[in-house]
Amino acid sequence: MNGSAPGMWTWFYRLASPPSVYRTAGTLTPWLLTGAALAIGIGTLGGLKFAPPDYQQGDAFRIIYVHAPSAWLSLFAYTTMAVAGAIGLIWRIKVGHAVAAASAPIGASFTLSALVTGSLWGRPMWGTYWAWDPRLTSELILLFLYVGVMSLRSAFEDPGRGDRAAALLSIVGVVNVPIVHYSVVWWNSLHQGATVAKIGKPAMPVSMLWPLLCMFVGFMCFYGAVLCMRLRGEVLNRERQAAWVREAVNS
Amino acid sequence: MTTGGGFWSMGGYARFVWPCFAFAFGVLGWNAWSARRFHVEAKKRAVRALAMMGESR
Repeated sequence: MNGSAPGMWTWFYRLASPPSVYRTAGTLTPWLLTGAALAIGIGTLGGLKFAPPDYQQGDAFRIIYVHAPSAWLSLFAYTTMAVAGAIGLIWRIKVGHAVAAASAPIGASFTLSALVTGSLWGRPMWGTYWAWDPRLTSELILLFLYVGVMSLRSAFEDPGRGDRAAALLSIVGVVNVPIVHYSVVWWNSLHQGATVAKIGKPAMPVSMLWPLLCMFVGFMCFYGAVLCMRLRGEVLNRERQAAWVREAVNS
Repeated sequence: MTTGGGFWSMGGYARFVWPCFAFAFGVLGWNAWSARRFHVEAKKRAVRALAMMGESR
């Protein structure tokens, strides 16, 4: 048992080494992009064409097919950023900070997408583009946190200090993730409750649910693909003068 | 299937549904473009750094 522990750590550190991460991310990217294109294509067609209209919201409910995956990714990308930042901070694994830096702009863009599509959905359903509702407000705070983390990282001349400060802020800000998710349960909210995440019983018929699941899978694959692409850039920026980079950029 | 009034009218909600899809797909497109550009720029910087290291030797 004790003998295997150092071996496991060696394997882990080797896997998280910059050349290994650069190579693995490059191999994964085309597969993830292909999966994303297929799942998003099928999900969009199913959501716009084949899913029946909602009995209350009519065809306006179809906005869920881009709004819910964007909102889910906004939380997932933040959690990834905070966990990766914590790994970088605690175990001093440089790639942890690189993953955190790569995840931030992607998460921020999907948070903006969730806010804009939610606002456009809110107008016909609630009669307003914006309300200071717990779900909407906490999602807006999430966008500010992303902007704060990105600004903090670039505010330091020493990249190492910038990474550590950004990791600390993202770890503190992760408290907002469950607040966003459970805001519709904890407080009175204009926003509808959980649709898919109800354990064992989604509040949707299968004919409406399958395109949404396709979109979730597609958005996750897309996130993985752009994370890998950005991560390769981050690793190169941080390891510019390492010996392995010569071989990597010439291949 | 979409309700009467045609696919493009989205049952009278076209001015909300289509901009949502356009914005979300715009975000996907921006992410793919900017991630690729970020990697390409990083590669160029690495090549320049390696060339400078070679010159200084």
